[in-house]
Amino acid sequence: MDTIGLLSALPINELVFFINKVVIAGLIIGSIYALGAVGMTLAWGILRFANFAHGDLMTLGAFIAFMLTMAMPGLGAYVGLPTAFVVLPIAMAVTALVTILIDKTFYVPVRKTNPKPITLVIASFGVMLMLQGLIRLFFGTAPRQMYVGSKDIYRIPFAGRDIVITEPQVLLIVFTVVAIVALHLFLTRSRTGKAMRAMSDNADLARISGIGTAHVVRVTWIIAGSLAAAGGTLLAMDVSLKPDLSFNLLLPIVAAIIVGGIGQPYGAIVGGLIVGFTETVAVFNWAILLRPLKPHMPDWLELPANLTFVPTEYKIVVPFVILVAVLIWRPNGIFKGKVL
Amino acid sequence: MRDIHAGYGGANILNGVTIEVEAHEIGVIVGPNGAGKSTTLKALFGLLNVSQGSISFDGKEVTNARPENLVRAGLSFVPQEFNVFPTMSVRENLEMGAYTRRDDFRYLIEKIFEYFPPLRDKHKQPAGELSGGQRQMVAIGRALMMEPKLLLLDEPTAGLSPRYMGEIFERVIAINEAGVGILMVEQNARQALAIAHKGFVLAGGKNSFTDTGQALLDDPEVAESFLGGGTKH
Amino acid sequence: MKVLELRTASLLVGLAVIVALIFIWQGNAYALRMLAEAGCLAIVALGLNVQWGYAGLFNAGIMGFIAIAAFGSMLISYPVNPVFWQSEAPGWLLRMALIIAIGGAVTVLLSRIDRYGVPRRIRTMLTIIAALATYMMAQNALTPAAAIIEQNSGFIGGFGLPVGLGWLVGGVFAAVLAWFIGRITLGLRSDYLAIATLGIAEIVKAFLKNADWLTRGTLTVSPLPWPVPTPNEIGFVVARAAYLSITAVLIVIIYVLLQRGWASPWGRMMRAIRDNELAAESVGKNVNRRLLEMFVIGNFIVGVGGAALITFGGIFDPSGFLPINHTFLVLIMVVLGGSGNNLGSIFGALLVYVIWTMSEPAALILFRYGADWLQNVFNIAPPDDLATRALQMRVFVIGLTIILVLRFAPKGLLPEKIVKYE
Repeated sequence: MDTIGLLSALPINELVFFINKVVIAGLIIGSIYALGAVGMTLAWGILRFANFAHGDLMTLGAFIAFMLTMAMPGLGAYVGLPTAFVVLPIAMAVTALVTILIDKTFYVPVRKTNPKPITLVIASFGVMLMLQGLIRLFFGTAPRQMYVGSKDIYRIPFAGRDIVITEPQVLLIVFTVVAIVALHLFLTRSRTGKAMRAMSDNADLARISGIGTAHVVRVTWIIAGSLAAAGGTLLAMDVSLKPDLSFNLLLPIVAAIIVGGIGQPYGAIVGGLIVGFTETVAVFNWAILLRPLKPHMPDWLELPANLTFVPTEYKIVVPFVILVAVLIWRPNGIFKGKVL
Repeated sequence: MRDIHAGYGGANILNGVTIEVEAHEIGVIVGPNGAGKSTTLKALFGLLNVSQGSISFDGKEVTNARPENLVRAGLSFVPQEFNVFPTMSVRENLEMGAYTRRDDFRYLIEKIFEYFPPLRDKHKQPAGELSGGQRQMVAIGRALMMEPKLLLLDEPTAGLSPRYMGEIFERVIAINEAGVGILMVEQNARQALAIAHKGFVLAGGKNSFTDTGQALLDDPEVAESFLGGGTKH
Repeated sequence: MKVLELRTASLLVGLAVIVALIFIWQGNAYALRMLAEAGCLAIVALGLNVQWGYAGLFNAGIMGFIAIAAFGSMLISYPVNPVFWQSEAPGWLLRMALIIAIGGAVTVLLSRIDRYGVPRRIRTMLTIIAALATYMMAQNALTPAAAIIEQNSGFIGGFGLPVGLGWLVGGVFAAVLAWFIGRITLGLRSDYLAIATLGIAEIVKAFLKNADWLTRGTLTVSPLPWPVPTPNEIGFVVARAAYLSITAVLIVIIYVLLQRGWASPWGRMMRAIRDNELAAESVGKNVNRRLLEMFVIGNFIVGVGGAALITFGGIFDPSGFLPINHTFLVLIMVVLGGSGNNLGSIFGALLVYVIWTMSEPAALILFRYGADWLQNVFNIAPPDDLATRALQMRVFVIGLTIILVLRFAPKGLLPEKIVKYE
């Protein structure tokens, strides 16, 4: 049996290309969105406002990891992992601390005045600008590399063409899976986790039941801050560290949150993946998949050279369209979150 | 023994209300709409600001105390609406009621299931999916997890079918007989007063009648002025 | 009342003093430029005040409306490009416009056939198919046109009409965009409206940046024609002063119109809607129509101001539209000045722009000292791009200002006067 011959009749080449460009890429960016969205949606559900500074928290976390990596570049070599990944827990902890401080200094005083929700959003804009300004002040606007040495690239041969996945991407996926499992266990098994769900469900009743709201809020910010740092760092490891990382992430993350339902962490994860995959699917040139069919098609049928739904420059449109569509047709999101 | 004494005035809704309930009693607050019944309970539980007067519980001064502390002192509150955690299971709702406890409270959950048998089968179901009557059971169950000395109920039978209404009242009596004081606000004045040791009629933010439940039912003045569930306006 | 008037007067005087100081410190040309730009932004702020302060609609996408208006203005006032008009491209563009018009109409009609008994699923599918087909066909008509234009003539050029008309058309562009966006999103709560408008702004910017045939994209268009003689012709000071006068006149006109509109019965109704939407609805006022009106009018004003601002800069550069500069800055102007108060918006615009502009030289001086100190004490060389980094200080200061205002003067420095009726 000539299996190779048989396989070559199938569009394996194009399939691998598809896998690389759509499936893997979608998984990567979707996981980043998921990490960012989970933290932000938890805070949104419990504190009832959208913290627009979340994107910059991701950038901040990445920069902290960057600084630590530059300070101790050889650290990773001991464990066989990139240094940036090894210092990640520290970056997460520091970012969590900063998040709590931000809440205490900027948000709590505003909350005490019983404001309209939009006031808190404006406050978060203020924090966002301050963070952006500070980060660019200290680090400049040039992109940085998180890697000291070179990245490992894994190639999985698949009938003639390689499926390409890099080391930071593998780390990202592993981390995301671990984080999701850990979060799930936390929310369903631990006392504080259940208290968080209770507060998100019905904050007044939580108070009446004697749940200490300050403690729950603190834990929420810790989770939000650490996951933000992780998402930002892992993204920077995959691409590069740029100060405007934050703004480009904010819109897709918010779209992910709304798709999944505000306040629903599982929804945020699913939403993140949906937004990620929709992006990669939309900018993929589907005409490439049609190419293998060419020899079988009659001569007069001209195949379009370019069959992408959305040109790459307009990628930002995708999460936005998703966002508006969900807001209009199903504002609760998939998992029936809050319509605030 | 344990009692609640609440008298306050000057608050926008309540202008001098006094309620006193003993530990083994069922107290019922009735009155027309807008008389301030729910407001009284909320003020008792520290959810509203009391500008004048005092509340004491178990011999301690608790005016404007924080809910966490009141729960620890043995006071539990069941609001009229939004009184369960809808996405959490029945069991989890009960667990939340016991949040401030440090011991192994599984025996309590068993006890709640004995009070409210329908909940046993549904213990894994999200509370938001239950019928109105069963939701109410979860709500009361949550409040009982702290083994309170006094249970505040805000219109527990509001919106329930007559069958569930009767069941709830039966449970309330059972709970009281087990040693929990009850202070209940009710729209169904007749049925509520029938089981009450003490009745308080509120109108316009003030006490207008106070007596034992039976006496109020028999009193022609009370009957004339409003008994009938607030249908005349 | 007296206290309020005293406060208003002292704030205005204080601002005037600061501006005078800037004239002395940085020179006439610099100060005039700052004032002219502040004036344009004041117009934008007035527009935002109409939407946000009056109607309670939180528009976080001001940048997009400024961009589209600036584009409209450029289209009208930039000199004609004869090469374009002589080529085949206009034909293609006409085809594309027809496809969009017909296809769009078909799509909208299809979306309504469910009223005639067609089941919902089928209706949705048909609508989506129609929309996609229109998109694909329009794309196909556009590609050859864009190729021709870019090869031969750079971009389609303008119509060579007066600048004033350009600004008006810019305002109309912004208003039309507002109408479309408003129809879709105005029912949403303020959080969501903020996100939606934020996204729209990014999309508009992306479109203008990439449609090279329309705007030259990243190559930019310059110089943009001025309503008064340009600095090249009569010198910086005079030209800028002239521009400033025009802006000032516009501000006065718009201010007077707004004040009169607000005092009228229509204005009272708008206030009623803002303060208690539910009650207003129960009295029978069509709330959504009114909100849409405010959104469109507000953004028209934003458009005029935006066109004026970009024209002053003399260059149409889509990459130069930044949310910080064009959205959040205006937001803080209105919040600081006092949302709901037109005079407050003008005042806020001036004050915030002064802070914004002055942060840069102030930061530079600070950084020079800091760098020298670092050099002398620690022997650390300062980074090369110190100057650009100093610019970032502005962002930080603005963010800090927002927080401080929310904390200490949440109603703004010149809060809305609540008119009491006896």
